[in-house]
Amino acid sequence: MKRKRPIKVLIAKAGLDGHERGALVVAMGLRDAGMEVVYTGIRNSPEQIVQAAIQEDVDAIGLSSLSGGHMTLFRRVMKLMEKENVKDVLVFAGGIIPAEDARKLKQFGIQEVFGPGSSIAAIARFVARRVKARRS
Amino acid sequence: MYGPADGKGAEIGEPGKFPFTRGIHATMYRGKLWTMRQYAGFGTARETNRRYRYLLSQGQTGLSMAFDLPTQIGYDSDDPMALGEVGRVGVAISSLADMEQVFERIPLDKVSTSMTINATAPILLALYLAVAEKQRVPWTKVSGTVQNDILKEYIARGTYIFPPKPSLRLIADVVEFCAKEVPGWNTISVGGYHMREAGCTAAQEIAFTLANGIAYVQTCIGRGLNVDRFAPRIAFFFNCHSNFLEEVAKFRAARRLWAHIMKKTFGAKNERSMMLRFHTQTAGSTLTAQQPDNNVVRTTLEALAAVLGGTQSLHTNAKDEAIALPSEESALLALRTQQIIAHESGVTGTVDPLGGSYFVESLTNELERRARQYLDKIDRMGGTLAAIENGYVYREIFRAAYEHQKSVERKEKIIVGVNEFVSDKPPKIETLQLDPRVEPRRRRELASLRKKRDATKAEKSLAALEKGAARTDNLMPLLVACVRNYVTIGEICRVLRGVFGEYRAKQSL
Repeated sequence: MKRKRPIKVLIAKAGLDGHERGALVVAMGLRDAGMEVVYTGIRNSPEQIVQAAIQEDVDAIGLSSLSGGHMTLFRRVMKLMEKENVKDVLVFAGGIIPAEDARKLKQFGIQEVFGPGSSIAAIARFVARRVKARRS
Repeated sequence: MYGPADGKGAEIGEPGKFPFTRGIHATMYRGKLWTMRQYAGFGTARETNRRYRYLLSQGQTGLSMAFDLPTQIGYDSDDPMALGEVGRVGVAISSLADMEQVFERIPLDKVSTSMTINATAPILLALYLAVAEKQRVPWTKVSGTVQNDILKEYIARGTYIFPPKPSLRLIADVVEFCAKEVPGWNTISVGGYHMREAGCTAAQEIAFTLANGIAYVQTCIGRGLNVDRFAPRIAFFFNCHSNFLEEVAKFRAARRLWAHIMKKTFGAKNERSMMLRFHTQTAGSTLTAQQPDNNVVRTTLEALAAVLGGTQSLHTNAKDEAIALPSEESALLALRTQQIIAHESGVTGTVDPLGGSYFVESLTNELERRARQYLDKIDRMGGTLAAIENGYVYREIFRAAYEHQKSVERKEKIIVGVNEFVSDKPPKIETLQLDPRVEPRRRRELASLRKKRDATKAEKSLAALEKGAARTDNLMPLLVACVRNYVTIGEICRVLRGVFGEYRAKQSL
């Protein structure tokens, strides 16, 4: 079997929020699932996140915010990606995000929103399936 | 099964007496109930003022102030860095005008206010004191707390600004200033809460918290302050997690350990310096987005454990906090939960009713022993500052968080409604929606404030602050002068960032 490049994921904390337990646990879980994971650490502007995604040439971005700033910040990430012509990158999100907001975020192109209690295994399956579909 | 052989030789003692295993007061809640202090604050100063007056009218006995992230990290609401975060996790405060509005018709000599603020704690304290002046309340009559616990921010909560050294200097400035000018102020609230939320265990929570407490005591002693002069004003802030008896034992073990540290290591003579007083909040991380009504039950059990562990004040979480900011209705239910424990459950009628239980005493000993092991390890690394800088504490916590997650996924740990007893019904919950026009409104308000204030006075006080920061002056009087002149938090922090530099975390997986 031909060796394929492992799936590369950027886990990014957007805005000023310092709650990184969820982001770190997802990052460690995806790494243990065989993916290559880059973690930004806390306090990143949307600009910094999109730049990191371009530089690292990732297949997917996982955005995290638990401070309620997700609508403004995640939307700006999506806009900047469009502006920078970043295509074929899967974007998913997690945090304290009310259902109503999650619906809106999906309209902006965020593929899935994982709330508290989501299983890492389910997130890993989701990322693998979607990235493979995009690659083929 | 535990029996007479377990917990033998435990240093149980009497309530109100060294080493305070059974509580810091002889009569505990028979004499005085804990303070019911619900953490609140959101959006604008005006909305926060309205929520505070409502909570006070409903029998809450102290205020607990939540600030938004820009306020905590030293950015004004109109700073580009504040984008999306204004008024989210707490109230947005940029200048004295905002603080005046928060406390409108709330006399500062009648309430005590606890402020969850760290990197900008000296500035928020200065603002509070300036409001007191405006209300003609002498500083000797105000009481409250600033969290002022920067070390755990580098570990878990993330609202640091400056590097550790100048940050510790600011903490000592507050301690020294209050010892002279504001004797009723609790100058540091050493927190384990956030490290526990980030994933650490009960024993680690005790150890990492006390390790930070030790660093603050050392810093203040290094300043030339007498330990018994400031230590009685240091308080603690713990989490109360889901394992009921372990949590009760945790509080008892922490009290005993701190009493010994203060007496033996720091030579405290005043018993008040040895008493570990603490605030408790139930564990936000145990709340689930699934079947949110279950969270009321979780919070009740956690609150009961905090009471049986002898807490001095308590915040009970609202059931919708895994989904959004609490609604007014769920915030009230959370307050009612502790009122029912206080007035109906009967547990307040006996001092430390679990004292002498074979299991609880044995678990108290065990937690104390495990916490000591961590403390010794940190000591060998050169103290908590070294353990933070080399990433030890951070790694320990996130390793524990990951282990927890794996055990939930393997169903070794059952979380009702999450990995067992699941229902498909989506939760029906009314959540609080913030007004999206807050940010533009704040930008307009700040622009008008900068026009209206006396620019010369503002600039002069800011220049004096910069000079003082470059020397070793106590910055508190200079900060009070700045805020009186309506200099903003963002402007103050820009100057201090210039002098002290900014801390950048080295994070890796």
